[in-house]
Amino acid sequence: MNPLRARVRRRGRPAAEASALLIAAVVAFPLYWMVLSAFKPAGEIESSEPRPWTLAPSLDSFRRVFGQQEFGRYFLNSLLVAGCVVIASALIAFLAATAVTRFRFRLRTTLLIMFLVAQMVPVEALTIPLFFLMRDAGQLNTLGSLVLPHIAFSLPFAIWMLRGFVKAVPEALEEAAYIDGASRARFLWQILFPLVLPGLVATSVFSFISAWNDFLFAKSFIISDTSQSTLPMALLVFYKPDDPDWGGVMAASTVMTIPVLVFFVLVQRRLVSGLGGAVKD
Amino acid sequence: MSRVNDHHTETTDTDGGGAAGASAGVVPEGSVAVRARQGGGSPGRTPGKGDRGNRSGRTGSRRAASGTSPLVSGGWTPWLYLAPALVVLGGLLVYPIYQLGLISFFQYTQAQVSGGEPATFEGFGNYAELFGDPQFWQVLLATVLFAAACVVSTLAVGCALAVLLTRVRAVPRLALMLAALGAWATPAVTGSTVWLFLFDPDFGPVNRMLGLGDHSWTYGRLSAFFLVLLEVVWCSFPFVMVTVYAGIRAVPGEVLEAASLDGASQWRIWRSVLAPMLRPILVVVTIQSVIWDFKVFTQIYVMTNGGGIAGQNLVLNVYAYQQAFASSQYGLGSAIGVVMLLILLAVTSVYLRLLRRQGEEL
Repeated sequence: MNPLRARVRRRGRPAAEASALLIAAVVAFPLYWMVLSAFKPAGEIESSEPRPWTLAPSLDSFRRVFGQQEFGRYFLNSLLVAGCVVIASALIAFLAATAVTRFRFRLRTTLLIMFLVAQMVPVEALTIPLFFLMRDAGQLNTLGSLVLPHIAFSLPFAIWMLRGFVKAVPEALEEAAYIDGASRARFLWQILFPLVLPGLVATSVFSFISAWNDFLFAKSFIISDTSQSTLPMALLVFYKPDDPDWGGVMAASTVMTIPVLVFFVLVQRRLVSGLGGAVKD
Repeated sequence: MSRVNDHHTETTDTDGGGAAGASAGVVPEGSVAVRARQGGGSPGRTPGKGDRGNRSGRTGSRRAASGTSPLVSGGWTPWLYLAPALVVLGGLLVYPIYQLGLISFFQYTQAQVSGGEPATFEGFGNYAELFGDPQFWQVLLATVLFAAACVVSTLAVGCALAVLLTRVRAVPRLALMLAALGAWATPAVTGSTVWLFLFDPDFGPVNRMLGLGDHSWTYGRLSAFFLVLLEVVWCSFPFVMVTVYAGIRAVPGEVLEAASLDGASQWRIWRSVLAPMLRPILVVVTIQSVIWDFKVFTQIYVMTNGGGIAGQNLVLNVYAYQQAFASSQYGLGSAIGVVMLLILLAVTSVYLRLLRRQGEEL
């Protein structure tokens, strides 16, 4: 059986592995080019003979990026918005996911379907009413106008995905805790929460990304006070359609991509299993 | 076909989906295998029979579930836990949807926004204007075709690479996985600018490599759409690849081995064995892709500079934005938003029906 299996598997493997590596190179190429261009000196970026390497890496583009346009401030703004969204939506989603997986109550199935449908709502279509809502609440030009909608939009998916993680905690543990005299709140925060935390982190990637990448709301709600701008808007400062500063754009892009990449690599394993869970259940 | 299925059923029953557990970690073991089996059993049968089979499977699993984990009824406690979520969703999702519908019935322009004139009720006036405008139909058609092209390409690339991943050893697999994760993690804005730079007529490497001189990719309507499509596929295929790969790993190796011993080609294995077994997962990633690609905004907005030359690359989302925030036609923009919402709700209801048919227990 074993040698047979090995032979079946091995047939055509060199070709498969070569193409896998080739495709990996193609997929990674845009990111490589982005980082490379960020480090290239000005003369090499805007050259009609672009080379896939540089012999004189320079930090000029990064200096330009951080020097101009209060880039550091935009970076902090983005971080603040994404951080608030991640924490708030994780806590709210944890409570809601516990409610729908650990209790049986009327309207439970209806609620679950509503959460599913809510995921499908095109948030971009709601920009107009949200704009008026934020204006009436006096939130235009504040970071709050970016935090609040993103919490709402990342919740349904977070709840849906967390269900699998909450369900995986054995029911017997809950019974044991109650028998030992723990209150509901104590079980929730001291037992269930730490156990679900890894799943919570994986789920957070999605709310982090949606808040970090947000372009439309930042563009629509932060209209006059540029000190409240976030990274995607700052990036476009360098990108003028007629005469883009490619070095600056690529350096700013690199700065903007790195936090997400780091987050992704850290939670990668959990993410894959979490997605499997969300898709399965 | 049926022989392969029977064989598969036996093996999953005995080894309880160990592969699923290995790939899933925290998630309850074996669920992919169970679901894959349900999906694999139905396509050969008539729909009615398939339904019945699934229904019996569902009651079985419910009985099993109630044996191990009884849900408690906690009085008001679940509502207490749900309260924050419901408040946030009510205020920032449901209410805006209601308002979107409301605004779409009003004449709502800059004058009304600044409070100079009262908003006047127009009934279906905005919709009449919209449906009478040839540009709207052109944009709608472009949106549907563009989304369809994106979905098909994303799924094809994602599934093909997922299969490829199962056939290579650890190092190439890791390389491809990492590259895909990188593409996945890239923010839409930076992805768009980087792809624009790659295809830049003056300084981009692609035109040099292909020897295209200073050919502009964003000038022509189709080539601009094609460029955006490449970026969209690049950043969305990883989700499909990772999900489908996790699904394939849960399929017992014996099934694939049997098929390839019987002389089935790769394509045949995919079409006759894997695709039917992975149907539930494929449904999810397809619908997810439809929804994402139908409402692409950032890529079009950045890469074609707000909708392309004379609006040739507009899609519904960008069109609504331009009508509302650039032309101050908030009522008209809202009407476009409502149209989008309705189309996506239709897609969602198809999705829910498919999930139901698969015997999904919520």
